[in-house]
Amino acid sequence: MTARETLPILGFLIGAVLVSLFVTSNVVLNFLVFTLILAIAAQGWNLLGGYGGQYSFGHAAFFGMGAYVSAILQQRFGVNAYPAVAFGIAAAAVLGYAIGAMVFRAGLRGSYFALVTLAFAEVLRILANATEITGGAAGLLISLNLGAGNLQFADRSSFLILGAVLLALAMLITLALEKSRLGAQLVAVRENESAAAALGVDILAVKLRAISLSAALTGAAGALYAQYFLYIDSNIAFGTWISVEALLAPIIGGAGTVFGPLIGALILQGLSEGTKLLIGKIPGLDLIIFGVLLILVVRFPLHRIPGLLAARWRGKGAP
Amino acid sequence: MTGQGRDPAFLAVRDLTKRFGGLTAVSEATFDVREGSITGLIGPNGAGKTTLFAMIAGFEQPSAGLVLLDGEEITGRKPHDLAKLGLARTFQIVQPFAGLSVRENIAVGAFLRLPKRRDALALAEQVGQRLGLGPQLDKPAAALTVAGRKRLEVARALATRPRILLLDEVLAGLNPSELRDFLPVLQDIRAGGVTILMIEHVMQAVMSLCEHVHVLAGGRIIASGEAAEVVRNPAVIEAYLGPGAAQRLAAHA
Amino acid sequence: MGYPPEILLEAVANGLLMGAVYGLVALGLTLVYGVLHIINFAHGALLTLAMYAAYVAHGAFGLDPYAAMVPLAGLFFVLGYLVQRLVIGPASRGDDSNMLLVTLGLSIIIENAMLAIFRSDTMTLRLPYAMSMVEMGDVLLSLPRLIGFGVTLLVALLLFVLMTRTDTGRAIRAVAKERTGAALVGIDVAHIYAVTFGIGTACLAIAACLLLPSFYVSPRVGNAFVLVAFTIVVLGGMGSVTGALLGGLFIGVVESLSGLYFGDSLGQIGIFLIFILVLLLRPTGLFGARA
Ligand SMILES: Nc1ncnc2c1ncn2[C@@H]1O[C@H](COP(=O)(O)OP(=O)(O)OP(=O)(O)O)[C@@H](O)[C@H]1O
Ligand SMILES: [Mg+2]
Repeated sequence: MTARETLPILGFLIGAVLVSLFVTSNVVLNFLVFTLILAIAAQGWNLLGGYGGQYSFGHAAFFGMGAYVSAILQQRFGVNAYPAVAFGIAAAAVLGYAIGAMVFRAGLRGSYFALVTLAFAEVLRILANATEITGGAAGLLISLNLGAGNLQFADRSSFLILGAVLLALAMLITLALEKSRLGAQLVAVRENESAAAALGVDILAVKLRAISLSAALTGAAGALYAQYFLYIDSNIAFGTWISVEALLAPIIGGAGTVFGPLIGALILQGLSEGTKLLIGKIPGLDLIIFGVLLILVVRFPLHRIPGLLAARWRGKGAP
Repeated sequence: MTGQGRDPAFLAVRDLTKRFGGLTAVSEATFDVREGSITGLIGPNGAGKTTLFAMIAGFEQPSAGLVLLDGEEITGRKPHDLAKLGLARTFQIVQPFAGLSVRENIAVGAFLRLPKRRDALALAEQVGQRLGLGPQLDKPAAALTVAGRKRLEVARALATRPRILLLDEVLAGLNPSELRDFLPVLQDIRAGGVTILMIEHVMQAVMSLCEHVHVLAGGRIIASGEAAEVVRNPAVIEAYLGPGAAQRLAAHA
Repeated sequence: MGYPPEILLEAVANGLLMGAVYGLVALGLTLVYGVLHIINFAHGALLTLAMYAAYVAHGAFGLDPYAAMVPLAGLFFVLGYLVQRLVIGPASRGDDSNMLLVTLGLSIIIENAMLAIFRSDTMTLRLPYAMSMVEMGDVLLSLPRLIGFGVTLLVALLLFVLMTRTDTGRAIRAVAKERTGAALVGIDVAHIYAVTFGIGTACLAIAACLLLPSFYVSPRVGNAFVLVAFTIVVLGGMGSVTGALLGGLFIGVVESLSGLYFGDSLGQIGIFLIFILVLLLRPTGLFGARA
């Protein structure tokens, strides 16, 4: 990873800071913060799905784990927000490792992997809905306690910067992965498992590292969500909506690229808000458009667009 | 010469057997490969050659028997562990990482011994040049011709810096001029200290490359010896051409 | 914990009856998997669509769900045929993860179209016989479920005849076994795929008509069934028709009993855990048989 390769990420960060300085509309800021949270969750999915070819339909499990562990530690045990968020991320990573250890060891791939991750997320959703420590169906409120020391900000622009820094970090991690041995091996596993094994790639170990890292990033998005809205319930934290959006964004924006998740999240959220503005608030309309878009992207793969972007700034010849 | 004693076998296969349900694909195969040699494994279609390779390289669990590499038992170990030990294989049905460039394909192999990306890419470049893939290094692997894909198989395996290479029909489907170009490459690899065990149907190549040949037919090793001597063996002729063929040929001579 | 035997027996019996309809839903899924080798993520959404169709047939034309069964099955056969022929087939180009994404996209579209049209309220048909019970010995059985059980058996029988006695059925089996070989002998594989998908969707229309008298409709109702159906299909062995029916009965009983002991919401966890365990331990299914 060279300094030049990190320039676009730096550019993104500067752009975000400029926006936070000059944009005052709460609607716009809200839109951007939400998009960033989504993009971080999607970057997590992208690590495993885009680079590793393991399509999870249950990344809500990691999003919810990050959100709940962080919120419960703050609310029930009085832990400060910073260590609480760190624990939330760690818990998501551990969950990712545990699920991966079971599922990859059993050799589940493709559709089976998608199904079983979905089932894990649903089990967690039902459990969170029925146990006491999570606040059950009523959900969990994090008490308002403004101050940078508590990772709570009155103004949305601070959250915008926080989200942008986290996403930039996630993109740096992804870029570093892309340029590393692990990244090369992960892509090899995606392309052809037996060929990778023949070249000395420990497939199980590579997948386990990828799912842990992936879960950690999506868990961070969950913790950030809880910190921003100060409220979660089982349908938000473990609901299928986040599994679906974390998958849609990279696939639409360019799976297996550093900027794909952000581009996809912007497109999805832009479409969603755009239809609301143009047609009015008809429930589900934006999702109908997402569904159509997903089928179109699969039908007419335009990966070359983000692919070209990526190729331009990674220089010619280097993988 | 069974390779015991003064000249121990580098790769030793002992009574290796593979059953798929009722079918015995490989039956008590026993043979040796000497260090630094190019050894041939020949036999008619469906003889069990690829299955034998798959067992040696850890892709199929043997039903019975042993494999030893440099005196160490390696039976049933995982493919990636064997690759680390220095045993690399190619696939008869080529398995390129289709979405990656040729350079990236080879780099995956190079990463086995070189953790740094810069080093892995440098080795990939070097191996690619050596195998004549220089002009294609930045093309997608999916765009290669048959001959190019075979070279890529060998290049990737070679980039893992193996001690022994198992090549499964890397010459099949090449035209005469491609063949003429490729033979010196294989000799060069051996000269670099890599032992080669190759499955091959192209007899011309076997005769000119291999000092030692094992013949597999119906899952059994039916003959072993020098290439020129093995192809005159009546049992081998019959395995290829059917019962009675040896006598008919002899009658003609 | 101890329930009197009559209650347990009744729970088992009603679980079996419900399980038959689950089996019918799973039948469509497993058939599509067995022939097309795709996991149809839109299966649940198509069931939802069918339930709304039956609901509308009742509201707009006064058609009883049982009377709507045959016309809806025909309609959904055509729908399934077209969806496979015009959308899933061309978009996925035989690639496993593409199919996964396309069927996911379809399910998102259908589910949210229902949400946009009917809003998220749950709706029920108030039919006079919805709560009717039939007494059999000591146990009371729900009439709609009893009918569902009978119709499922009938459909399974019809499918069996179709598969073994007709040219189409033979072609379907040929494609399932050896796609390239079937294409070589002149079978139109794309057509057979679409027919199979159509049959799977028609099974859903029948299941919807059987469910509607005793079940509510909402845009996401299909999800509950589809995860159950996936569990059944995995349990019964992907692609196995008998496996789907047996698995359906088994899951029906498990659900009914775990609902009795743990309450309805936690009872669902039992199904997911079975699903995960079976996938991890016996991906070929408990009943092993591959159709
Ligand atoms: N996974 C498997 N399951 C069942 N049978 C198999 C399997 N793999 C190979 N076989 C059978 O084992 C026998 C040996 O096959 P193998 O591919 O090893 O032969 P081969 O000598 O490499 O042939 P060729 O020269 O055509 O490559 C064949 O009859 C083949 O059909
Ligand atoms: Mg072979």
